[in-house]
Amino acid sequence: MIARETIINLVLAVILLAVPLIAMAFGEPFYVTLSTRVAILALAAVGLNIALGLGGLVSFGHAAFFGIGGYAAGILATHAFNAEPMLFGFEGTTSMPWIWLIALTVCGLVALPIGAISLRTSGVYFIMITLAFAQMIYYFAISWPAYGGEDGLSLSVRNSFPLINTAKPLPFFLICYALLLLAMGLFALIRGSRFGAALQTARQNDTRLAAVGIAPFNIRLIAFIISAMVTGLAGALFADLNRFASPSMLSWHMSGELIVLIILGGKGRLFGPLAGAMLYVLFEYTLGGITERWQFFLGLILLGVVLFARGGLLGLLAGKARHG
Amino acid sequence: MSTALLIEQLLNGLQLGVMLFLMAAGLTLIFGVMGLINLAHGSLYMIGAFACAVVASATGSFWLGLIASLAAAAAAGAIMEVVVIRRLYDRDHLDQVLATFALILIFSEGSRWIFGSFPLYLDIPPLLQGAVSLPGGGQYQLYRLAIIAVGVAVALGLYLLISRTRLGMRIRAGESDREMIAALGIDIQTLYTIVFALGAALAGLAGALVGALQSVQVGMGEPVLILAFVVIVIGGIGSIKGALIGAILVGLIDTMGRFLLPKTLALILPAAQAGMVGGALASMLIYIVMALILAFRPRGLFAA
Repeated sequence: MIARETIINLVLAVILLAVPLIAMAFGEPFYVTLSTRVAILALAAVGLNIALGLGGLVSFGHAAFFGIGGYAAGILATHAFNAEPMLFGFEGTTSMPWIWLIALTVCGLVALPIGAISLRTSGVYFIMITLAFAQMIYYFAISWPAYGGEDGLSLSVRNSFPLINTAKPLPFFLICYALLLLAMGLFALIRGSRFGAALQTARQNDTRLAAVGIAPFNIRLIAFIISAMVTGLAGALFADLNRFASPSMLSWHMSGELIVLIILGGKGRLFGPLAGAMLYVLFEYTLGGITERWQFFLGLILLGVVLFARGGLLGLLAGKARHG
Repeated sequence: MSTALLIEQLLNGLQLGVMLFLMAAGLTLIFGVMGLINLAHGSLYMIGAFACAVVASATGSFWLGLIASLAAAAAAGAIMEVVVIRRLYDRDHLDQVLATFALILIFSEGSRWIFGSFPLYLDIPPLLQGAVSLPGGGQYQLYRLAIIAVGVAVALGLYLLISRTRLGMRIRAGESDREMIAALGIDIQTLYTIVFALGAALAGLAGALVGALQSVQVGMGEPVLILAFVVIVIGGIGSIKGALIGAILVGLIDTMGRFLLPKTLALILPAAQAGMVGGALASMLIYIVMALILAFRPRGLFAA
């Protein structure tokens, strides 16, 4: 028998794919953009979920990586557009695969020292120190005038992908959707691997993990870096979606939202981030249509979920998670 | 660079530090006694500032406003504790972060609803207007000196409260063993509410005092909240002494960094570039200091 969660997961994946297809058939590109937003936010949250859901590392600073990914796309595209070489004479580029590669690399390189310092602490200290690092990068971005400072960085055209016309909403959605599925595949792969088992043990009892000869620190650090890279990739797509890399992508509200997405959907679950992102964008769109004070009601809903529905949406629909 | 300017900047740093202490003291007290991380502490700061601005403009008296800010923040804190926070003590930090993040959304949008998006203004009371002369021939705002004095008085008062009174004894007992003091027959729920309201009142006081220097607006609490987090992480979470020293340290480093870094860099770089690099570095400076401190002492300077 197929587990109920698997069916719900399939339904969610099909809905996210069906909405833009149907919307295009009815000539409503707005809903395609909305779905793309869902896919990108879900991708960012899948990244965070590797650290938070599997490793129990409550990073309150993942906006840093989301923003770095976004700025990587913005900066590379700006240099390519103005035909100016960057530092050390590198050329800019408007090719998405290159931008993704660079965003992934830069996020990994930034996550290494941040993780190495933050992971020396745990609990509340970890939450606050990751928040502080993200703030540091945020303040750097707004006080460094070369790339827009507080105004952010506009992309004049969406970056390109070989053989696909990314300027149209639907192809761009499909790229984001494919990357989301890939990232969820990666999440499932990690969860089922020896590495994932060690990571989840580190969350539950790191003394035992150390006792069998695996250093929890290294496992956590690798998970933190992978997590940051996936979130950074989402950031690059987000900048392309809005054609804008803004400092608000780096703000601590963004870090909070990413955690909110995971909790709304269901912590540590494969499809939790997607369920959460769908719910979040749905709230944003419907509540935002009724009242401009929608964040007030979002706060109330979130409070209700945290206090009374701890499994999130998937917890409500599919019962308790079967894996730790 | 004159001595007067340097003294002025040092005093500004001290004033920022003292203000951060008012925020951080409540945060660290709440964490120390209840083990709770409260993101909504910045909202209490905002509530204090709004209460002061509204009452001061209605009655014309800053002092009534100040009393109102204490009362409003303490009341908001007590209500928050009874309705929401109480359910979070035995939850993990993730739930606490999220629930208090939700409270921020509710408080921020709620006050935007009531007061609108335009900032309110609060005047410095006539008694504290004017300036005093500094050694070396500068002038310094009397009001900022008064804030420093209030901060020192509060630090002293908190020290006496915690080390000399029965309530303080219970707070210290609560920090070392919650179950035990409940078993000894102390009404721990009331104690929690009192501690939370006390921390809230301090945040409200800070908001009201700063409200007269800046404008009073929605979202004013958030930058201060994050600085207060840096303070208590540096000082050691749960330690009031750590909060005091961390706050002064952060206040001085931040202010002096913004003042001195561009000037220092100007010695080796062209002026425009020095301003840019110096400004960017100065805005990151306290976070760099925090990272360095944590790299060597992961539980802060005065870990409880």
